[in-house]
Amino acid sequence: MATQHSRSAARLMMAPAVTLLLGWMLVPLVMTLFFSFRTYLPLRPEVAQTWVGFDNYVRFVTSSSFWPAVVATLIIVGGVLLITLILGVILALLLDQPMWGQGAVRVLVIAPFFVMPTVSALLWKNMFMDPVNGFFAHILRALGLAPIEFLSQHSLTSIIVIVSWEWLPFATLILLTAIQSLDQEQLEAAEMDGASWPSRFIYIILPHLSRAMTVVLLIQTIFLLGIFAEIFVTTQGSFGSKTLTYLIYQRVLESQNVGLGSAGGVYAIILANIVAMFLMRIVGKNLDA
Amino acid sequence: MGQISLSNVAKRFGEVEVIPPLDLQINDGEFVVFVGPSGCGKSTLLRLIAGLEDVSSGEIVIDGTNATEMPPAKRRLAMVFQSYALYPHMSVRNNIAFPLRMAKLDKAEQDRRVSDAARVLNLTDYLDRRPGQLSGGQRQRVAIGRAIVREPAAFLFDEPLSNLDAALRVGMRLEISELHKRLKTTMIYVTHDQVEAMTMADKIVVLRAGVIEQVGSPLELYRTPRNLFVAGFIGSPKMNFLKGDEAKKHGADTIGIRPEHIVLSQEKGDWKGTVGVSEHLGSDTFFHVNSDLFDEPVTVRADGEVDLHYGAEIYLSPNTAHLHKFDAKGLRIS
Ligand SMILES: Nc1ncnc2c1ncn2[C@@H]1O[C@H](COP(=O)(O)OP(=O)(O)OP(=O)(O)O)[C@@H](O)[C@H]1O
Ligand SMILES: [Mg+2]
Repeated sequence: MATQHSRSAARLMMAPAVTLLLGWMLVPLVMTLFFSFRTYLPLRPEVAQTWVGFDNYVRFVTSSSFWPAVVATLIIVGGVLLITLILGVILALLLDQPMWGQGAVRVLVIAPFFVMPTVSALLWKNMFMDPVNGFFAHILRALGLAPIEFLSQHSLTSIIVIVSWEWLPFATLILLTAIQSLDQEQLEAAEMDGASWPSRFIYIILPHLSRAMTVVLLIQTIFLLGIFAEIFVTTQGSFGSKTLTYLIYQRVLESQNVGLGSAGGVYAIILANIVAMFLMRIVGKNLDA
Repeated sequence: MGQISLSNVAKRFGEVEVIPPLDLQINDGEFVVFVGPSGCGKSTLLRLIAGLEDVSSGEIVIDGTNATEMPPAKRRLAMVFQSYALYPHMSVRNNIAFPLRMAKLDKAEQDRRVSDAARVLNLTDYLDRRPGQLSGGQRQRVAIGRAIVREPAAFLFDEPLSNLDAALRVGMRLEISELHKRLKTTMIYVTHDQVEAMTMADKIVVLRAGVIEQVGSPLELYRTPRNLFVAGFIGSPKMNFLKGDEAKKHGADTIGIRPEHIVLSQEKGDWKGTVGVSEHLGSDTFFHVNSDLFDEPVTVRADGEVDLHYGAEIYLSPNTAHLHKFDAKGLRIS
C-alpha cells in the first residue's frame, strides 16, 4: 500500500520527530566540535577566543592525567562487567529454581536498579564504607581489626563495587529471562546423554546464554563509559579514580577550559563509537547463528 | 539386552495420582507402543522409565538390576524427545557425538560411530550444519542418530513424529520400524495416534488415566478388545456401539461392530437406515448411516466404487462373526 502519495505523507508526518532528534543530537555535537578547536576560558576574559587548530586535542592526550584516566576507565568498566556477568549468571540460575516467595525475592533482587546512582553512591559511602560510622568499619572493629578507609585506600575497587551493585540487577534480569527461555527438554536430553551438571552448564546453558550475555556487555559498556555520579559523590576523582568522563568534567567546570574539555569530549565520542561498532558486530554475528 | 520390568510403579504429583500402581513387562528386542488419549500419563510413564521423574513407589528393573534409584545416564537408555531437543549451537556432528564425548570415548571411536550413524540415517551431507538449518525430518533423524550412537539397551520415543507433516510422518514411521528390525534393540514408543501404534508395535499398551487397559499385539487388540475403551480406541474409523434392544438380542449390554464388518445393501438387511455424510477416500468410502435403531450414526465401510447419495435408503447387516459383546461394566463377554 506504499503508494507515492502515502509515502510522502508519512515523510511529512515523521519530519517533526526527525528534526527534533537531529537537533537534539546535532546542536551539542556541533558546538562541542566548534569549541574543541578554540581557546575559550570563560573565567579569564583577558585570553582572547581564537582558533587554535588541533592544540586542544594534543594537549588533552599529552596531559599527565590522560593515560591514568584511560586506565582507570578500563579497570572500572572491565571490573564491573566481570562482576555483573559472573554474579548475574549465578543469581539468575538461583532465581530460576522453584522456591518459596519467589516473586518477592525477585523484586528484591531487581530493586537496586531503581535507586538513582547519586543516591546509591551516597548510601554506600556513608552507610557501608565510612571509616567511622560505616557498617564495614563496625564489623572490622568488632573483629578487632582496624577500619579500612575504603574510598581512599581502595578507591577503584570501592567504585567498582558500588557500580556493580547498581548494574547487577540489570544483568540478572536479562540473564534470568534468557535462562527461562531454555528448552527444558534440552537439559533432560543432555542429562540422558550422560552430561553431569558442570557439563550441562558449559555445553548447554552457557551457549544458550551467550547472546543475552553479549547484550548485557554491550549495553553496560556504553553506560559504564559515562559513569559520573558515583565518582562525583565518593572520591571526586582523587586517589586514582579519575575516569575519562570525570577528566572532561574537571577540564570544563573546574579548570573552566571549555576548549580542552570539548576536545576530550570528542575523544569520548570516538571511543564510544568504536566500542559500539565492535560490540554491534559481535551481536550481529550472534544473531546470525 | 533390553529387558525392562515395572512392578507396582506409581506416580503422584503432590496430591494427584497420575499413575496408580501398575505392572508391566517389556521383553528384549520388543517394539512396545504406549497409546492413549491426551493426558493419560504416557509421557509420565516413559519419563519414569527414563529416570527423568522419580517414582512415588514401586520398582523399575532394567536387565536384572534394580534401576529405581539410578540417575538417567546410568540406565543405558536413549530418549528421542517430541521437540527433538537438539543442541542448537552445535553442529549435527557434535550433536550426535555429544553422548560419546560425555562418555569420554576416544576420538577415533567417536568419529567412527558418528559416521556410521550418519550413513544409516542419510545425514552424511549435513554433518557440518546446525540444527536450525535442517528440515523437520532431518532434525528428527539427528535426534535418532544421537540416540543410536550410544548403543543403548533400549530406545524411548515420546511422540517423535507429531511435529511432522502427514507424508513425512508415514516415511519416518517406516524408517523407525526398519531401524528396529535392523538393530533389534528394545524400543518404547509413545503416541496418541492409534495408526502409528497398530503399524509399528509388537506390543501395544493402552493407557487410560494412568491405568493399563490392555496389553497385547495389535491384532489381539483389534480382534479381542478387553473392554469398551480399548474397542473404541483401536481401529480407524472407530468401532460402532449399539445399546438397547439390538444389544439385548445378542445377550449383551452393548454390542460393537467395526465399520469394515458391516455389509451394505440396497435391497435387504438387518437394519434399515438412510445415508448421511459420506467420506470418499478413493479406495474406500465411509458412509454415516442414520436410523431410528441407533442413538448415533453408524459408520460403514464400502468399496470406493459404491456411490450412494445423501438420504438414500439402505440396509445394513453386521457380520456376526466379528460382533463384540460387552456387559454393563463395559467388559468383554467372550
Ligand atoms: N510436573 C507435573 N506436575 C503435575 N502434574 C503433571 C506434571 N506432569 C504431568 N502432569 C499431569 O499428569 C497427567 C499425565 O501427563 P502426561 O504428560 O504423562 O500425559 P500424556 O499422556 O503424555 O499426554 P499427551 O498425549 O498430551 O502428551 C496430566 O494430567 C498432567 O496434567
Ligand atoms: Mg506426552
